[in-house]
Amino acid sequence: MMKEGFLEVPEPEEPIPDLSLSSSQGILQWISSVDHKQLGIMYLWLSVLFLVIGGIEILLVRLQLAAPNNHFIAPEMYNQLFTMHGTTMIFFVLTPAIFGFATYLLPLMIGANDLAFPRLNAFSLWATFFGGGLLYFSFIAGGAPDAGWFNYAPLNQYNYSSSLGIDYYCSGLLFAGIGTVTASVNFIVTILKYRVSSMSLKQMPLFVWMILINSFLVLAAFPSLNAALIMLLLDRQLHAHFFSATSGGSAILWQHLFWLFGHPEVYILILPIFGIFSEVFPVYSRKPIFGYAFVIGSGIAIALLAFGVWVHHMFATGLGNTVNSFFAASSLLIGVPTGVKIFNWLATMHGGAVRFRVSMLFAIAFLVEFTIGGLSGVSFAVVPIDWQLTDTYYVVAHLHYVFIGGSLFGLFSGLFYWFPKMSGRMLDERLSRWFFWLMVVGFNLTFLVQHALGAMGMPRRVYTYPDLPGWGILNLISTIGGFLMAVSVALLIYILVKAIRSGEKASSDPWDANTLEWMTSSPPALQNFDRVVPVKSTRPYRDYKRPDDADWNRPNKYGNIDGK
Amino acid sequence: MGNKLMMKLVVGTEAMFFVSLIMAFVYFSFGPGFKAQLLQHLDTKTTGIFTALLLSSSFTYWRAESNYEQGRMGRLKLWLILTLALGIVFLFGQGSEYLKLLNAHVSISSSSFGTSFFTLTGFHGLHVFAGLVIIGIITCLTFLGDYDQGQSSIIQTIGIYWHFVDIVWAVVFLIVYVAPYFV
Repeated sequence: MMKEGFLEVPEPEEPIPDLSLSSSQGILQWISSVDHKQLGIMYLWLSVLFLVIGGIEILLVRLQLAAPNNHFIAPEMYNQLFTMHGTTMIFFVLTPAIFGFATYLLPLMIGANDLAFPRLNAFSLWATFFGGGLLYFSFIAGGAPDAGWFNYAPLNQYNYSSSLGIDYYCSGLLFAGIGTVTASVNFIVTILKYRVSSMSLKQMPLFVWMILINSFLVLAAFPSLNAALIMLLLDRQLHAHFFSATSGGSAILWQHLFWLFGHPEVYILILPIFGIFSEVFPVYSRKPIFGYAFVIGSGIAIALLAFGVWVHHMFATGLGNTVNSFFAASSLLIGVPTGVKIFNWLATMHGGAVRFRVSMLFAIAFLVEFTIGGLSGVSFAVVPIDWQLTDTYYVVAHLHYVFIGGSLFGLFSGLFYWFPKMSGRMLDERLSRWFFWLMVVGFNLTFLVQHALGAMGMPRRVYTYPDLPGWGILNLISTIGGFLMAVSVALLIYILVKAIRSGEKASSDPWDANTLEWMTSSPPALQNFDRVVPVKSTRPYRDYKRPDDADWNRPNKYGNIDGK
Repeated sequence: MGNKLMMKLVVGTEAMFFVSLIMAFVYFSFGPGFKAQLLQHLDTKTTGIFTALLLSSSFTYWRAESNYEQGRMGRLKLWLILTLALGIVFLFGQGSEYLKLLNAHVSISSSSFGTSFFTLTGFHGLHVFAGLVIIGIITCLTFLGDYDQGQSSIIQTIGIYWHFVDIVWAVVFLIVYVAPYFV
């Protein structure tokens, strides 16, 4: 059988141990795993790890900004910290968390036992993991990247940033990007080819739909980032001339390639979140989603529009009024499908028997915060306002309202919704509410005042500022809010660990949910399903639980707006 | 199940990658001195011959695919080897062109022409090389009898990739070597 001296790779035989690392075969079982549930959990832990690292980085930055004329950290270190914070949060917190949920839940939601290519799935995870490792290795290799997460030319050129940081930025993001692309390919093939035979596309859970749309978005957007990163590596290592304006290159080319990826990327980080909310709102409102087809349609519209708006990040670079007008119009348009979705969720709650569990609380908080973030985003689509506010703290406030109030709150909502399924344990509801309120208060305290700071003209990325009226106090409030968020994240980790250790056992269906993943045990067995109920509507598991009141039995199968 | 779909998606995302490289090339080609250097250094006729050889490797691979579908293993092996040979000759042609350019002091660091030319054609060459490695492996497996059952979709799956690489070269050849004479 096995040759002498070879390490025997343990095949998983028992149920997945839940979220903790302990299993009878130890850590080797996790490292060698090709099981989508284990890989999904590893994605999620990876993102928690980087959330802590990226959080500590920004706390240092906030300490530096707490008072005017502060000298807590040196300017060089300051640049590295905010660059690493942005890069980490986007590529190694939000992205892996979203892909973790997708990896874990896709097969369960469509009645499959694994993704289409399990080994490719493992490759995607480890590529992301090593990408993050490579990025952070730069600290040891003589200096982290320091040109912002968007890494603009000419700051990314060798004569402005001569440490190896930016080379590690390029190679780390290339690795992670390849992992993201391969995972997306895997998702698309799984969704299109491995659904349980009775599930038509029109009956897929909305989370699955959003992942499907999102994966196509990834396939179209990431190549331009990868191309740009390779070009930059060639510039820095082989003295090519892509982005150096002094020798025939073009600094604007970097911005075009980067935002051709970067704008779709912000939708890559929000579309799956819309999918999570489209699962959470109906379950906790005890109603079917309002306008199922509209949620899908607006998702597709957002994905298509995402590629027509990248120049709104470049209004201030002087591309001319014609270009600016076109992209201003397309940017304003993208508010329409997003608004459609907001009203879908509001109408889903309307008249429902709403249960205010923590997951639902985050969903409701999202509606408020994301709408604020969306409105400040619309204000940037108006070119003169953009010229006034670009590169100020107003932008920082806006992007954190959509990334935290949108993406991160969505991930928390999903976490509190699916945690019992993943671990077989319930979370402490009382502490979870504490976590929720600390997070929401801390978040608004940190970023609401930054709108004002930006309007007062405080530029972003400056490492210190003069003692102008109001700047000191507003920055101090912002810093205090940041620390409140840090406390809340520490509390979250405590809640998670406590639940895994000694939480109350969860039933297979604690929320009385609608979709197939709740049919199997919590945590699911190694083989997800023995058999699955025939899918005849968008809520197959509910149909199974209440055959007398099944969706497919009713004349108006999606219910009316006042709910059934 | 799903192999061919996967390869189509991979090819789709690779196409976007090449679109970015081509866009950069076209963007730089409007710069001063770019066209003059290009016309001076590139030999369209010789590269045209190698282009024809690469495109005919798509034909030979297509013959391999259809012989596999009809279960003619002997002919499958023959056409696969022919494909490999054509691909290798193309890479050889590209190598000799690179050597000539380097001897004329045109390199990736010499000018924006060198930068964008070597990046674009180099990445295509890398894709040809990867394709040759893959086709080399399946040729070996064919000789070992792995596909005798006729059930595998692997030959067609790799075919999607190989035809894609050839199509990309057709586009690159038109833009880099032919278009400058007309624009």
